[in-house]
Amino acid sequence: MAKRAAPEVNAGSMADIAFLLLIFFLVTTTIELDSGLNRKLPPIEETEPPIIKEKNIFQLQVNRNNDLFLKTGGDEKIIELKDLRKAAIDFLDNGAGQGPDKCDYCQGKKNPRSSDNFDKAIISLQSDRATKYDTYIAVSNEIIAAYNTLRDREFKRMFPSEKVTYVEAEKEYADPRTSDARKEKLKERLEKIKLLIPQKFSEAEPKSNN
Amino acid sequence: MSKFKKKKGGDLPAISTASLPDIVFMLLFFFMVATVMRETSLKVANKLPVADQVEKLDKKNPISYIYAGKPSANYKSFGTEPRIQLNDKFADVKDIAPFIAAERAALREELVPFLTVALKVDGETNMGLVSDIKQELRKVNALKINYTTRKGDPLAPK
Repeated sequence: MAKRAAPEVNAGSMADIAFLLLIFFLVTTTIELDSGLNRKLPPIEETEPPIIKEKNIFQLQVNRNNDLFLKTGGDEKIIELKDLRKAAIDFLDNGAGQGPDKCDYCQGKKNPRSSDNFDKAIISLQSDRATKYDTYIAVSNEIIAAYNTLRDREFKRMFPSEKVTYVEAEKEYADPRTSDARKEKLKERLEKIKLLIPQKFSEAEPKSNN
Repeated sequence: MSKFKKKKGGDLPAISTASLPDIVFMLLFFFMVATVMRETSLKVANKLPVADQVEKLDKKNPISYIYAGKPSANYKSFGTEPRIQLNDKFADVKDIAPFIAAERAALREELVPFLTVALKVDGETNMGLVSDIKQELRKVNALKINYTTRKGDPLAPK
């Protein structure tokens, strides 16, 4: 019998079918890359507000025209957004505390009219009902940046063997590829920094002035 | 020797496209794996604000989305004031509590405390609405929130 090759199945249209599916998925889906500022809201139950020395508060107000008004250390002024990060770092890092409130790691100016230590320093942000969300996020971002800068510094100081900053270490901790043993170690170190420099950032309810 | 000569004489062989489907399938699988279906269609403007101190939203924990912003062009009949959107519908501030309750009911019990609420709020929205949302969330004890933002420098002039 003569050897006959089986007729080849034409696979040319397979590409078309695959393309059709590909285009369907391209159109109907979006790559979700959600990231943002994580915050924790205070619980609703009314507790007695603790008594805080005025020098330990960094009081920020954003008005309806998106201007920033800063009240801290007996000083009141209008501040530009670009100067906010530095002002917040100076305030947090001031370290004027004496005795038990002494701040061992603060590298600030030790201005007696500004904050005692990292733990005592509180940043309060109050916005108007007509403030734009854009501005609010930009201000929050700067405040968080100030905290991150200080945490980075302290992380490097306390754990010089780690070749990363606090923010990078946090990313590594959140990364599912990190091994469990490494995670444990990182967690312990991150917690230490969080305890040293707690994020005391209160977002008061906006004023409703008409 | 004659064998080789024979081949030379023929036409140029057509380039095989047999591997084209494989390549396309590869792309297809990539997109199928890397993407998720959009769950809700947006009815509000949603140009998120920019920030650079962002953390990734942890997908391991359950997330509920609350959108807010001005109604988009197709929904002008709902006015021009910023509105809240829950799932596929425009909603009021008072609808947030039942929404969170429904989201929690759909979860396994041990995951409920890890529910994060992602606020996808348009940058032009006023803070009044945002704080109303926050207040409602506090009332139902949904305290973990995330202000979803785009990456960028907030100090850069617009």
